[in-house]
Amino acid sequence: MNVKTGSYLIFRSLCCRGHRQSASRPPKHVPRRTGFSPAAASKCDWIGPPDRLSNLRPIIYHIPENETPLERTLRHLRQDTEDWSHEFWTNQNFTFSKEKEEHVRSQLSSKGLSERDDDGRKRTLSSEEMAVFYKHFLDKNMTRHASYNREWYGRNFTITLLMARVALHNTWRTLTGQTRGTGREKGKST
Amino acid sequence: MYKTPCSRLTGVWKCLLRDGLLGVSVQQRLIANASRSHMSVRSLIQLCRKHQTEWITFQHFCFLKRQYVKSSSGLCQRAGPKQEPVASVLDDRDDSVVSQVQQIPALKPEPGTAVPSCDQAEPEAARAARLEARQWKELKVEYSDLPGIYARLSKIKLTALVVTTAAAGFAMAPVPFDPVTFLMASVGTCLSSCTANSINQYFEVPFDSNMNRTKNRPLVRGQISPLHAVSFALACGIPGVTLLTLGVNPLTGFLGALNIFLYTCCYTPLKRLSIANTWVGAVVGAIPPVMGWTAATGSLDPGALLLGAFLFSWQFPHFNALSWNLREDYSRGGYRMMSVTHPSLCKRVALRHSVGLIGLSALGPVLDVTTWTFPLVSLPINLYISYLAFRFYHNGDRQNARKLFFCSLWHLPMLLLLALTCKKRHVPQDEAAVAPSTPSLAL
Repeated sequence: MNVKTGSYLIFRSLCCRGHRQSASRPPKHVPRRTGFSPAAASKCDWIGPPDRLSNLRPIIYHIPENETPLERTLRHLRQDTEDWSHEFWTNQNFTFSKEKEEHVRSQLSSKGLSERDDDGRKRTLSSEEMAVFYKHFLDKNMTRHASYNREWYGRNFTITLLMARVALHNTWRTLTGQTRGTGREKGKST
Repeated sequence: MYKTPCSRLTGVWKCLLRDGLLGVSVQQRLIANASRSHMSVRSLIQLCRKHQTEWITFQHFCFLKRQYVKSSSGLCQRAGPKQEPVASVLDDRDDSVVSQVQQIPALKPEPGTAVPSCDQAEPEAARAARLEARQWKELKVEYSDLPGIYARLSKIKLTALVVTTAAAGFAMAPVPFDPVTFLMASVGTCLSSCTANSINQYFEVPFDSNMNRTKNRPLVRGQISPLHAVSFALACGIPGVTLLTLGVNPLTGFLGALNIFLYTCCYTPLKRLSIANTWVGAVVGAIPPVMGWTAATGSLDPGALLLGAFLFSWQFPHFNALSWNLREDYSRGGYRMMSVTHPSLCKRVALRHSVGLIGLSALGPVLDVTTWTFPLVSLPINLYISYLAFRFYHNGDRQNARKLFFCSLWHLPMLLLLALTCKKRHVPQDEAAVAPSTPSLAL
């Protein structure tokens, strides 16, 4: 019952994220899970410690004063990719842990052993017995992994190309002496 | 003396004094945010939920208790009034919290955190390093760090090994040693290897983040941007392949470019699709000595292929043993490796190729690459690695896998060194060098 509560909480938070993603196209900048906000004067992006669930590092993107449409597209794409990746890996890691525990529990019960030994420590299975689970997990998730790969490669390429375009665009503007001065009244764009 | 940078605490600190007795929760960041942004209790709950796994997996309880005792001195007053909603919220979910402890124990602990042991004497440096790793950092390039970043991006140790095997191939070729060509071939191979490794890391950022072995790579940590990494790769690859093509010979240049392509576009994606990646990876490892040989002679001789075959066969005991102890990480990361999906094949192949090294060594004198002493002097080390491979095949446990892996690390340099010392000295005649296939009539 408590296991269910815990898993329900996690999945609800995952679903909430999913809903936010699908409900808000184009994706807007969702305040990060960790609650960190960089100093207002900072002009850089900030990268955080690895997330507990997905092990990916979140990034807070700095929005420059006169962000060009190209830069905005890049930022949105990066944010979107980050959120999508985070969701995938959170799900993956959680599912892996859950199924691993179930496997250990079922193996121990089929052997007639309790979860903890006489010293109160958790019993572990041998690597051979765990290997059965690892193989099963990989085979079960093969299609999901393959589709994540494909999409990840596509997104990575697109982001890099966009970054190159932005860099070239900014270099060109610097070389030709143009500034970001135009449209200062517009203020921050989201 | 323990210095707590209280203002930078981002985790939830919870102290369970006894089973069932809920201690005081201190959530520095949460409280700061709550007071700043006037969050309701509801959003506080949501944040608590999101942070649940953070502190459960983050600290062993007794270590937390110590931290709380030491760090709460400055926080007590501020934390006091806010505790009631937080504590009451967490109270009725105590069971689910405890169950989550049991449920998600396998989530990877943070580097440096001593999750299983309640270490009293955690070194100051390690603690500082761990806290440093929890900081948010600006995503900008530190120019002073760049050499180190580039070294890690290009996997400099692996590159050094690759260049060594190419140099061995060059030295084994039956032609007079030309230092200029040797230097150009080495530099070109080094640059090509840097390119291949950089692109590999560029492709694998989210996967590397999730594996213990690779989570401190530069792109994962955000020390440079993906564009920067690709630019570095191009800046290495284009001069490298050009140097090989123009400065050495087109065949070597072609092999260099082929190797980059095989590694980045075949091996890297295949790692997640099929176990065939190991064989492709073995070919990638076999090409550098072939490149060294072709750099010296300009042609693809049987001797070159023999050296390539040495590297090809060596890869299997090396990699299969390494991957045996990383099965959990590979499975969770979605990597399809023999050790996970076909364990018996993994052991069989490692044994097969270890024994095959003995046969390949015997081919040395047959192909006129080495003298007949080579199979004899290399027999002890070949037998030893085959013995370890047999033990690995028979027992299939972590201990034997580790032994086999570490043996492979010294076995290869030793084998190449022995081959070099037993190299067949060819009579340095011009006719023999020009037309090696026809019998030398000028004698």
